[in-house]
Amino acid sequence: MRGIVHKYKRANIDTDVIIPGPYLKIHDHQELAKHAMEGLDPQFSAKVGQGDFLVTGSNFGCGSSREHAPIALSYAGIKAILAPSFARIFYRNAVDGGYLLPIEIEESTMDKISDRDEIEIDIKHNKIVNLTINESYSMKPFPELIAKIVEAGGLMNYKI
Amino acid sequence: MTITEKILARASSKPTVVPGDVIFTRIDKVMMHDVSGPGVIKVFNEWEKKGKTLERIWDPNKVWVTEDHFVPAADIVSAQNIITLSNWTKKFGIKKHFKYGMGQYGICHTLSHEEALVLPGEVYVGGDSHTNTTGALGAFAAGLGHTDIAYILMNGQIWFKVPETMMFKLMGKKPDYVMAKDIILKIIGDVGTDGANYKTMQFSGSAIKQLGMDERLTLTNMTTEAGAKNGIIEPDAITDAYLRKRTDTQYFPVQGDIDAEFSETHTYEIDKLEPIVAKPFSPGNVSAARELQGVEIDKAYIGSCTGAKLQDLRLAANVLKGKKVKIRTEVLPAAQSIFIEAMREGLLNVFLEAGAVVGPPTCGACCGAHMGVLGKNEICVSTTNRNFPGRMGHVESQTYLASPIVVAASALTGKITDPRDVAN
Repeated sequence: MRGIVHKYKRANIDTDVIIPGPYLKIHDHQELAKHAMEGLDPQFSAKVGQGDFLVTGSNFGCGSSREHAPIALSYAGIKAILAPSFARIFYRNAVDGGYLLPIEIEESTMDKISDRDEIEIDIKHNKIVNLTINESYSMKPFPELIAKIVEAGGLMNYKI
Repeated sequence: MTITEKILARASSKPTVVPGDVIFTRIDKVMMHDVSGPGVIKVFNEWEKKGKTLERIWDPNKVWVTEDHFVPAADIVSAQNIITLSNWTKKFGIKKHFKYGMGQYGICHTLSHEEALVLPGEVYVGGDSHTNTTGALGAFAAGLGHTDIAYILMNGQIWFKVPETMMFKLMGKKPDYVMAKDIILKIIGDVGTDGANYKTMQFSGSAIKQLGMDERLTLTNMTTEAGAKNGIIEPDAITDAYLRKRTDTQYFPVQGDIDAEFSETHTYEIDKLEPIVAKPFSPGNVSAARELQGVEIDKAYIGSCTGAKLQDLRLAANVLKGKKVKIRTEVLPAAQSIFIEAMREGLLNVFLEAGAVVGPPTCGACCGAHMGVLGKNEICVSTTNRNFPGRMGHVESQTYLASPIVVAASALTGKITDPRDVAN
């Protein structure tokens, strides 16, 4: 996976910011994508391209259980989010729904990656390459079950 | 093992589990509402596009459905979602569908305890983050998203990583002007909004024994705001008395072992606690109410699963009785049954005569959806659970989270107010 980074350094980016409450009644994925991150950056969906990445501070996705959050980000084009930690329901929804990959990185790695950097993520080898500044970083490997669900493309396709 | 570990072990047919184990767990009860329900239906619709068919769900008797977020229907889209949900529950034989305008209905978490839909020792999941609330009954209760609920509706089980348990010992006698909301805001301020991420928050201690069920439910409800997977209180005589008024169904309670291991233990002396308020824009951004007494506000909101249970309304009415509010004040009981009881006890008269508007049960304004959203720069003091940017309306509005007593006292002065400063 290769793509451009959109960086929001703030910790605790919550689900009300990712997709505000009034949009919860909407279940059209493309429509939700138009409002992704509206509470933080109204230009977000316009500037994100297919296959791009989000790099953010810790506890990303805290708050509500709304699956609208990973859906909106995924349909806006985001394929993976790199953060020091994720809120638990957001993490589950992202993986079990097969929308995007929540990738845990060190706080120091988060600091080294800049907005608009081009990076390549190698899940097999748990490696991230920053093509813009020619650096590489490690990522935390997925736990066994998570790796299997990711490989199946989501929980609905996963066989115990 | 702790109570949480024992419940999860029993539900996954294992003699023991330890934190970190990844298990598939049988589910006893499932809830979805008018936001997560249509989301779950969408998952099945997408799945059926791939040539698969959902002919029946695993056990319609273990599923219950509420209409709470956008009711009474806020607009056409909300009305359509409720039609979609109703057709679906009818098709799959789900009988426990609490429809608004047809008797008992209300906020999903409130119905879980008011109607004794979940019992001690059970594994309960809901399509809402505040599902943690119901752990006050001694159940494992956790929130999940649409796909996970859809998976459970097909298979009757789901994966969990067994959480570590953080123990919160609440000691001493609670002062009259302090509520469970103050206790949990204090705790969230101390551990942080991700302090319990992936973990269990368990509450015990001498102060718990003095708290009624409505107050216990406030503690577990707000564990979500510290990131917890679940909040839990071991069932006791108070739990039994509460449930026996509501159901005859036999249940199989679980208690933790005496040698259960906790990842952390935090002790609080409740008799020294003061009224606490969480400032914008985080439930962890707390101060003593008295430190904020100059902050002017536009609206006082008494509503939600967190702060509009019967005891919440009783204590708020106690402050407002015979007085007039100085700012816009809205009171929305969390369920029809609570609305009726508040009417019988004369609480609604107190609110109406004080000048407040009293509305039907709905999640509405708590999540900025409808019926009382905030405009630009408006400031609200609220009995709800979250105050992220834009949570209750405009992204430049502000919410201060507080107990029903503090919110009622603030309604009388138009400023954030410690209830001790308006007492007779």
